[in-house]
Amino acid sequence: MPRVPGTRTGRNAELGLLALAMIIVAAYGATVEANQFDKLTPTFWVPAALLSVLFLALHLVVRFTALHADPVLIPTVALINGLGVGFLRRLDLAKSIAEKQPEPGIFAGVGGRQLAWTLVALVLAAVLLLVVRDHKAVSRYAYTLGLVGIVLVMIPAVLPGRFSEINGAKLWIKIGGFSIQPGEFAKLALVSFFAYYLVRKREVLSLASRRVLGIDFPRGRDLGPVITVWLLSLLVLVFEKDLGTALLYFGLFVVTLYVATERVSWLLIGLVMFFGGVYVAYLLGASVGGPFANFYDRATVWLHPFDAENYNRIGGSYQLVQGLLGLGTGGLFGTGPGAGSPGFVPEVRNDFIFAGMGEEIGLFGLSALLVCYLLIVERGLRAALGVRDSFGKLVAGGLAFTLGLQVFVILGGITGLIPLTGQTTPFLSSGGSSLMANWLLIAMLLRISDAGRRPAAAGPAAQPGGPKQPPAQLHGAMTEVIKP
Amino acid sequence: MPEFVLTVARFGFLILLWIFVFTVVGVIRKDLFAGVRSKSLVASPRGVGGVVPQGRPAKAKRGKAARQLVVTAGQLAGTRITLGEAQITIGRAEDSTLVITDDFASARHARLVPRDGQWFVEDLGSTNGTYLDRGKVSGPTPVPLGVPIRIGRTSLELRP
Repeated sequence: MPRVPGTRTGRNAELGLLALAMIIVAAYGATVEANQFDKLTPTFWVPAALLSVLFLALHLVVRFTALHADPVLIPTVALINGLGVGFLRRLDLAKSIAEKQPEPGIFAGVGGRQLAWTLVALVLAAVLLLVVRDHKAVSRYAYTLGLVGIVLVMIPAVLPGRFSEINGAKLWIKIGGFSIQPGEFAKLALVSFFAYYLVRKREVLSLASRRVLGIDFPRGRDLGPVITVWLLSLLVLVFEKDLGTALLYFGLFVVTLYVATERVSWLLIGLVMFFGGVYVAYLLGASVGGPFANFYDRATVWLHPFDAENYNRIGGSYQLVQGLLGLGTGGLFGTGPGAGSPGFVPEVRNDFIFAGMGEEIGLFGLSALLVCYLLIVERGLRAALGVRDSFGKLVAGGLAFTLGLQVFVILGGITGLIPLTGQTTPFLSSGGSSLMANWLLIAMLLRISDAGRRPAAAGPAAQPGGPKQPPAQLHGAMTEVIKP
Repeated sequence: MPEFVLTVARFGFLILLWIFVFTVVGVIRKDLFAGVRSKSLVASPRGVGGVVPQGRPAKAKRGKAARQLVVTAGQLAGTRITLGEAQITIGRAEDSTLVITDDFASARHARLVPRDGQWFVEDLGSTNGTYLDRGKVSGPTPVPLGVPIRIGRTSLELRP
């Protein structure tokens, strides 16, 4: 893609930031080894170097396929991803010391597997950037994607428990020793579908309304899709026993709706419906039990984590309390990377990775990580503002919001703000599905931000040799005309 | 390993993290506030506090080439398009360069065409017309910097 003189692509800034991020990851690895072994092994830099090579490759792909993409997305995500790999490797090191084993190899243990998953995820992201040259082309497969998304959400619910249940949440497909979390990928498909649907319907939804108490409420018949998605997410809540995922899907839809129509009433309706549904589920769990019992359990644990009864019960608040104590031990500045004892917290490599890291890098470090997440979300929303077609706006806005909501759900769970539910921390916690899906999300944001920041002359339409533009009619989503 | 080195490493790591955060903010500082600036431009009345003197823009800005097209009012307010050498089409059709969702805009409403460094606005047979400042655009009309092009409820300006 030729560069237009007088414009800045930001690619060199991206390279510089990436180098800084990798130096931080290497510094983290070094500090961990200094604290764990009391000396530096000659190989402490190898994971950071491998990651650098991977991210550099992605950077080159972006240079060739999305020259004008946002420069800070990749470095920020790379930093979080790298620190995740570093922390997981730190857990492996602690384990090998406790078991008096030699130091694990680069690709051994949880950290090594995470490194391998990062490779796979980056390859997927690069493939997405190479295949999808124009984000509007995705809207042609919107209904297919919507169907795929719903099927992906449903599969774990219908599978028998032994194929789909891990730690009480039915979110998985287990084949052999291998398990994937289809819901992570469903997010992406559903965002694309919602965006396409709302581009078509935005006028009906935003103009036809009744005014009650100064707020415009939509007509009854326009509520259909919202109610459908609400039911879907409640089904997820009940049958997959997972509040976080339910909140994620529903929040995603309501916010995309709000972005499309600029109507606050959708947010109000959404919040009331969700909290109403959750409260009813809680009451049903207390009285009827059955499929609602799991949710009732989690809510009780959340409300009274320090009760001896909850603390000592299996599946009780032990994990939550250990996580809170870890965060408390860390205090402002933490015990230093590698000097804490995250081993006390069950599942510290998945859901509770923030508690484990928080103990070692303290509030000061955790807030830096949180600001990084905030910046990623901000760049996503910025891409939505910058791009010039409604489909791209809604996809970018929806994806960025989902990422932010997911961080909120898991962090809120760990810190006791909301009932704990098993969400992964994007880019940080161990697990291939989450890493792959979130890198695909970033690739999509890169693609959209490239379209928004590209100078008009460099657009695909202006160069005959460039990537082929899909015919306008195919993705030209017609908006529906309102008949009063 | 001495305690001193460990302490330095522990705090050094945290400082590095924050240096990274601030460097990132530095890179994106420019367009973090882009929306805010353009909003205040819209809000300020003509000639009062506005950054761009709108009274005699053609004379004041002569000799400077337009580099950006900025939407100053309407749903897309704050959107910026970096200008190159290709024409810019404006309308409700999804394949326009600038897709505006404005009830008073046509599917293919108007276009901006560069000729020898000067941009011309041309109406494409729209229903409600295109206005340059106060006058209706009938043929290709040169657009001076900072003069609003009005399409329905949307206003656009060329900026250096």
